[in-house]
Amino acid sequence: MAETIQLEVARYQPERDTAPRLERFAVPLRKEWVVLDALNYIKDRLDGSLSYRWSCRMGICGSCGMSVNGEPKLTCATFLVHYAPGPVRVEPLRYFPVVRDLVIEMSDFLRKLQKVKPWIIRREEQPLSSGEYLQTPEQLDAYKQYSMCINCMICYAACPVYGLDPLFPGPAALALAQRYNLDSRDQGAGERLRELSHADGIWGCTFVGECTKVCPKNVDPAGAIQQYKFTAAKEWLKSLLLPRGGG
Amino acid sequence: MDVAHHDILLVGGGGAGLRAAIAVAEANPRLSIAVISKVYPMRSHTVSAEGGAAGVIRPDDSLDEHAHDTISGGDWLCDQDAVEAFVREAPQELLQLEHWGCPWSREPDGHIAVRAFGGMKKMRTWFAADKTGFHMLHTLFQTTLKYAAIQRYDEWFVTRLLVDDGRVQGVVALELMSGRVQAIAAKAVILCTGGCGRVFPFTTNANIKNGDGMALAYRVGAPLKDMEFVQYHPTGLPFTGILITEAARAEGGYLLNKDGYRYLQDYNLGSPQPRPVLRSMELGPRDRLSQAFVKEVEKGRTIQTPYGDVVHLDLRHLGERLINTKLPFVRELCLKYQNIDPVRELIPVRPVVHYMMGGVHTDMHGVTPLRGLYAAGEVACVSINGANRLGSNSLPELLVFGARAGRHAAEYAASCPPAAGRILAQAADEKRRLDEHFLRKTGGRERVATLREEMQATIEASAGIYRHGSTLAQAAGKIAELKERSADLRLDDSSATFNTELVAALELGFMLDVAEAIVACAAHRTESRGAHQRTDFPERDDARFLAHSLVYQSADGAPRVDYLPVVITRWPPGERVYGQSTPGHRAAGQSAHG
Amino acid sequence: MPPETPVYTSYHPRWYRQRVSTYWWLGRWSYLVFILRELSSLAVAWVVLLTLLLVRAVSAGTDSYAEFVQWLKTPVVLALNAVALSFLVFHTITWFNAAPRAMGLRLGGRRVPERLVAVAHYAGWAAASALMAWMVLG
Repeated sequence: MAETIQLEVARYQPERDTAPRLERFAVPLRKEWVVLDALNYIKDRLDGSLSYRWSCRMGICGSCGMSVNGEPKLTCATFLVHYAPGPVRVEPLRYFPVVRDLVIEMSDFLRKLQKVKPWIIRREEQPLSSGEYLQTPEQLDAYKQYSMCINCMICYAACPVYGLDPLFPGPAALALAQRYNLDSRDQGAGERLRELSHADGIWGCTFVGECTKVCPKNVDPAGAIQQYKFTAAKEWLKSLLLPRGGG
Repeated sequence: MDVAHHDILLVGGGGAGLRAAIAVAEANPRLSIAVISKVYPMRSHTVSAEGGAAGVIRPDDSLDEHAHDTISGGDWLCDQDAVEAFVREAPQELLQLEHWGCPWSREPDGHIAVRAFGGMKKMRTWFAADKTGFHMLHTLFQTTLKYAAIQRYDEWFVTRLLVDDGRVQGVVALELMSGRVQAIAAKAVILCTGGCGRVFPFTTNANIKNGDGMALAYRVGAPLKDMEFVQYHPTGLPFTGILITEAARAEGGYLLNKDGYRYLQDYNLGSPQPRPVLRSMELGPRDRLSQAFVKEVEKGRTIQTPYGDVVHLDLRHLGERLINTKLPFVRELCLKYQNIDPVRELIPVRPVVHYMMGGVHTDMHGVTPLRGLYAAGEVACVSINGANRLGSNSLPELLVFGARAGRHAAEYAASCPPAAGRILAQAADEKRRLDEHFLRKTGGRERVATLREEMQATIEASAGIYRHGSTLAQAAGKIAELKERSADLRLDDSSATFNTELVAALELGFMLDVAEAIVACAAHRTESRGAHQRTDFPERDDARFLAHSLVYQSADGAPRVDYLPVVITRWPPGERVYGQSTPGHRAAGQSAHG
Repeated sequence: MPPETPVYTSYHPRWYRQRVSTYWWLGRWSYLVFILRELSSLAVAWVVLLTLLLVRAVSAGTDSYAEFVQWLKTPVVLALNAVALSFLVFHTITWFNAAPRAMGLRLGGRRVPERLVAVAHYAGWAAASALMAWMVLG
């Protein structure tokens, strides 16, 4: 195994740059090192002005999503040796505005998350004294996969619809909407459907399927959205045939 | 300088901060609440907790038993009135979280499932697969989105508390995105910034755990309590420090030394059984397991790796099916970060710093001695964890004390006058300090990473699992030297936009203060208790030290240590004994051997 | 979220926004496959049209049917139909592979494995083709 590997890291400082440019660094090539370790090495020893987000180093906080050789990845779970002999190109996640170096602007996602009402909606709250809402393991299984989203936004960086249409809510937000729709304790599916069943909601999705491919947590947002479309279509049909409700 | 006004400020957006924010919003919907976090809230370190949250729900269990387990596990340094309140409110808080949508794992009939956990004599640990903290945090975060009263300052870094007229009246914070420094005034500030694991070199803690809130409080005269009690988790991956959850041992894993021997039986922790026995062997308390590791290192019975000494965690006998259902995350972590498959191989582990029992001194309502200042969660020390925290107590601690602090602060803020204009001058001072010492400075010889690594090496050597008066004295001198050198930092980054080097430098300052407090408290406590073990004073000394250490920053910056007696209600101090199968209370002398 | 009272900042950083190119779909193999998949619906439309023309030709009598068949044999139409057929097969395969994910079938509280659903689709296709073959050739 070679001693070092080259990293090409995107740099952008709004005070002096109009567009990002790539800068080369040589970092040690260790079997256990991930791309994030290489970035930390650069920041600690070579250039302290490299800015990027990271926190847990174990793929659960969702901070360290970046584009590695054009693929959106969690840099804490991407081994350097996989790219040997290199160079490894590290850039900010695609389809988001770049604030600085490898840091993207993500308030759009949070606005969209707010819109899908990702909380338990109930007509009537059961008091705590009556204990827990009963939920069998099968009922838990119905939505469990969609609850695993760590909000890393790697799916957004892979979704061409999100890249082209600023109003599209995006895979993670819609998967989280489904997570609540399918939760047996929730009664807000109708409310969410009214918000999301339109051209700038779930129907913006054309089932490219990249989001599911790149998701590090196997949330399968593409599946969630298509199933949501079935539900939406069914509800629409019901509203046509039974205009005054009826179940 | 711009000022924003709110009624309540939460510094930190993790489990405690978000729970407190909801508590305020529900107590008084008219209050203006702001959550300030240096990261987006779903990145907070609560997210990585795996094992579970304890709360009594089974009919064969009782609050008294949970209390007793907690108090004896804490080596009798817990304030028993606080523990009694905690065990009473924990199940309610966990249930409230269930109502908010938390996907707790269930029994086949739909009721909440509980499992065994180290140090607990009955099964009372609620869990959401093995990602309990993740699900709790996301449930809390998504629930806060319901409340319009809760505003968020995402990626704002608090650099200083503003104090005037003897009370806390707000903070100064740096907006990472733009570099602007702003005063944020409030009637009450609740610190929920978490622990300080990054002061140490091997830790499960994320990069963001730098003891920010502890240092902020310390610098304005609030005392820190029990800082010498640092909990090591006995099983963390070397190099990354990633935690291998206690649940792996609860499901039946063995700890083996280099001879493949279950070495814990040599350390007064019971005898090896094929199935796990609560409170014995691998399910003994964490501090005892970490101490056993150090002894094994001394005896030369550990395995040498490029990243330090390790022992092995053996899960192979559990089988693939059980590992995939009950411990899927453990398998995923080992494969993804160390390229090891627990189904077929041994996992290398070593003790890593995991939790800080000590923190900002508060009472049972999160109130600190400084008016207007509250603290809740790992940043605070109530104390319910005493000298050693039991696993699965810290997640309900966030909820119980986050809610209590929120409710108390809401009441306080309703009757409190608004912030005075004088704080603006302090805020302007702070902005000047940041400019002069970091951004506009030229020259300087020290690097953030170098000082940080020296601090970590010093503290691990002096205030690690075993301590000694002489090394602690040396460490105090070294840390004072590092603090001086940190005034001569050179930053490569002078940008105002998302300057993470500036953040690292500020965090280093916080960590040095916290390190100093830890060393001072450890030096003064001349006994061994729980997680604080002195090789020069190996016995517990209830006569002199059944008390909490309080450390204050004196006018010249040096730490001053004082003591506060522990509150004892119904459980007089006893001997911490493990390995018995009889449900004992505090047992009289069990002969120690080995 | 920013504080409610509007506060003006002395400096707001300029974010860099990369324009998405019109040829974004050439940047990745999976994007290209996606675009081709979508385009294959044109082939489906063509085949439907062809079938309608066939029906009209048959119902108008033996002569018009013979003319129609002659037209089908011309090189242009043959080439077009060859291309349409490959797109149709491509369309079917991508559809069958994607359908299990979109349907999200659950049976007895557990997810039906995706492979099973896909295989069922292919089996149905094979059965329908066998029936057609028997009716036309047998």
